[in-house]
Amino acid sequence: MPTIQFQLNGTATAVETDPDQPLLDVLRGRLVVTGPHFGCGAGECGACHVMVGDRAITSCDMPMWSVADKDVVTVEGLGTAERPHPLQRAFISEQAMQCGYCVPGILISAAALLKRNPFPTEAEVRAALDRNLCRCGSHNRMVRAVLRAAAEMAAS
Amino acid sequence: MTTSPPAPKLPVSLAANPKLSSWVNFIGEGGVAISPGKVEIGQGIVTALAQIAADELDVQISRIEMIRASTAMSPNEGVTSGSLSIQQSGRALRHACAEVRQRFLTAASERLGVEVSLLDVDDGTISGPGNVRTSYWELAGEVSLDHDATAGAAARSIAKRSVAGHSVHRVDIPDKVFARPRFIHDCPLPDLLHGRVLRPDISGAELIALDETAASAVPGLVAIVRDGGFSGVVADSEAAAEAALKALRKGATWSTGESLPDEDDLAGFLKSQPVETTVVETRTAAMTRKHAQTLRRQYTRPYIAHASIAPSCAMARWDGDGVHVWTHSQGVYLLRADLAIVLKMPADNIVGEHMEGAGCYGHNAADDVALDAVLLAKAAGGRPVRVQWSRHDEMSHAPFGAAMAIEIEADLDADNEIVGWRHAIWSNGHAARPGRAAQPALLAATEIANPYPRMISTNPPAANGGGGDRNSVPLYDLPAWTITSHRLLTMPVRTSALRTLGAQGNVFAIESLLDEIAVLRGEEPIAFRLRHLGDERAKDVIRAAARRAAWKPKKQAGVGHGVGFARYKNTGAYCAAIAEIEGTDDIRVKRLTLAVDVGEAINPDGVINQIEGGAIQATSWVLKERVRFDRTRITSTSWTDYPILTFSEVPAVDVEIIQRPEIEPVGAGEAAHGPVTAAIANAVYDCLGVRMRDLPITRDRIIAAAELAS
Repeated sequence: MPTIQFQLNGTATAVETDPDQPLLDVLRGRLVVTGPHFGCGAGECGACHVMVGDRAITSCDMPMWSVADKDVVTVEGLGTAERPHPLQRAFISEQAMQCGYCVPGILISAAALLKRNPFPTEAEVRAALDRNLCRCGSHNRMVRAVLRAAAEMAAS
Repeated sequence: MTTSPPAPKLPVSLAANPKLSSWVNFIGEGGVAISPGKVEIGQGIVTALAQIAADELDVQISRIEMIRASTAMSPNEGVTSGSLSIQQSGRALRHACAEVRQRFLTAASERLGVEVSLLDVDDGTISGPGNVRTSYWELAGEVSLDHDATAGAAARSIAKRSVAGHSVHRVDIPDKVFARPRFIHDCPLPDLLHGRVLRPDISGAELIALDETAASAVPGLVAIVRDGGFSGVVADSEAAAEAALKALRKGATWSTGESLPDEDDLAGFLKSQPVETTVVETRTAAMTRKHAQTLRRQYTRPYIAHASIAPSCAMARWDGDGVHVWTHSQGVYLLRADLAIVLKMPADNIVGEHMEGAGCYGHNAADDVALDAVLLAKAAGGRPVRVQWSRHDEMSHAPFGAAMAIEIEADLDADNEIVGWRHAIWSNGHAARPGRAAQPALLAATEIANPYPRMISTNPPAANGGGGDRNSVPLYDLPAWTITSHRLLTMPVRTSALRTLGAQGNVFAIESLLDEIAVLRGEEPIAFRLRHLGDERAKDVIRAAARRAAWKPKKQAGVGHGVGFARYKNTGAYCAAIAEIEGTDDIRVKRLTLAVDVGEAINPDGVINQIEGGAIQATSWVLKERVRFDRTRITSTSWTDYPILTFSEVPAVDVEIIQRPEIEPVGAGEAAHGPVTAAIANAVYDCLGVRMRDLPITRDRIIAAAELAS
């Protein structure tokens, strides 16, 4: 099997894998990076979102060959408790979840949005999160948290 | 003869699990382990319970470690459902912690030579006059908590509560934001194998023959398991398990299955089945008034899927003749009871340990997948096996919320005042939970060799809020009524408990018809409701929501407003909702304004979060959700076929809490669904002049109703 190289959260990573293997399987099953979650396996719910460049993509249906030499960021790469990303801080401040299973994917979608558009309107935040499903109904808190993080990033 | 006053009673959960040490323990240098029997299902309960314990013990909440429920050690509190965790676990913990504090104060008094009444506790340090001090942790060696709770301990006064009643941050959120493993799906057990179960697409089909040749050749396969009609694979990775399952599916031959109802005539189906009929309540008028006309209306709601974002997952590991199960079940003891029946072994040989899953809105597949894991792990040679359902299985094999047909006849006098009210419900039962019956409720139990019959869902008793009949008795003061519940004795579509059970449907029906009658009378709908309510707490939430929504905004073309109200289970939280919608034939919910009274709100932001979430989920049910099927199979097995509300479609939600610290707290998780459903339907009428009586309220149905009305 070929070896596929890519950057994962800033670290050079090489995996010997079937090139058609979905990225999520490799992240969770091989690399024990469990932030991206399995939700549907069909790219419909966004729980598995990772960031490639400034785009959030579904990793459950993204074959490994397509991320060769790319820069992949998962929620683990956004920040840590010691050095949180403004979005992570804002999600805590706004208590922006109920169960939180969808949150890693939503943080990634939001992070990608803020890279592309540092000053989004509320409608733009909602549109950017439309490919992420939340079943608990925490949407409005999450939107507030993204706007809060954007304001904080703009001020710093 | 003298009568002594009745002995004070222990809270129900504490009476069932009286030993104090099963709830509270002091650990290490300054820690407190709190062990409730209720579990986190995304509702923030562990934080609210930690707040209660922190207050009663007078320790910082950061000292508290919340222990996940396990049959190895936790109090048995049955199931985490019905918005009862604050009522049951919260009261038990408040009482247990108060007594623990009292025991430590007594011991401190002896050690320090100071009367108990002169001692004070501050963050676990016990001090008295003359600068004498000790602490819970210093005394822990000499104060045994292996005592049964007594009824005498008094909780601290409301004024002394400094944590409960405040919006402290949830204890689980940092882990979830920083992706520290907390979900069962992410748990890295050593030597973990992965399992998948083969299930038919055709409803009720049984496995007749299985050619295992192709599956056997899949690299990474560890075992193929077959037990009667139950079959699955175990492999060394998820990818290998998926590949083996795919191969196994090609080798499967199934029986023809059982036919499903006509999805487009749910009411016809529900009303034509054999039923068990119960008269829920009758009230006879003291004085009969002559009735001039009868309004007869039928309301329906479809089957609704739990549709958690995560598919159900479990892990199991056999060790000799015992098995350890990791599960996101709502009731670890109840699951264990069912596993013991299926496995024909003593419950003591089974440990059920809770780990968090994605948001849980009732009896989903959590328990089913636990049995799947246990059966597959038998073939794993003592290694743990993790089973995760597919999205397809989650949307087709997990129990659904039951479809309902509700017919109300309202007798009106010449002034269109209500003089009689007959409410009849046709529905499958709303509960087929594990651990309650002599037969198991778990899916694989119906598939194994010597299978158990599929449990036909029943309804919880009225004392527990009922099931299909939940919230069917109006809170309004109507002169006479008869409430009848017809529970189906057939169950072609599997149903069990989904958030609110029958309350969403019943509140939708009652509040829709009341609205219609108010319009008929030319009476303002809120004034009409208030006139029929005697309960001041009920009136207060309606008035608060009305005030907050500036009821009633001036009529504008293309905009509508509607109201809905209920007290959940007629004994729980009061909630009023006002919906603002806009639209022509495709409607959009713009804003929901709610007022809620849960008594003492332990964590106000937690209550708001639950109400917001309930309101948004209810909006999704009302506008979009309907389990789809043809005559042979469930067809809504993906998010494309079962769409839910998206970020851009979510309304603004504004919640006011009426805080009543002097009243025992009740749960908030199910209070909003009924009122929001009715408010949206009534707003559609206000906007478009059509009464929508079938859920979901879709564009097609609005057009059809408008054509019928014109």
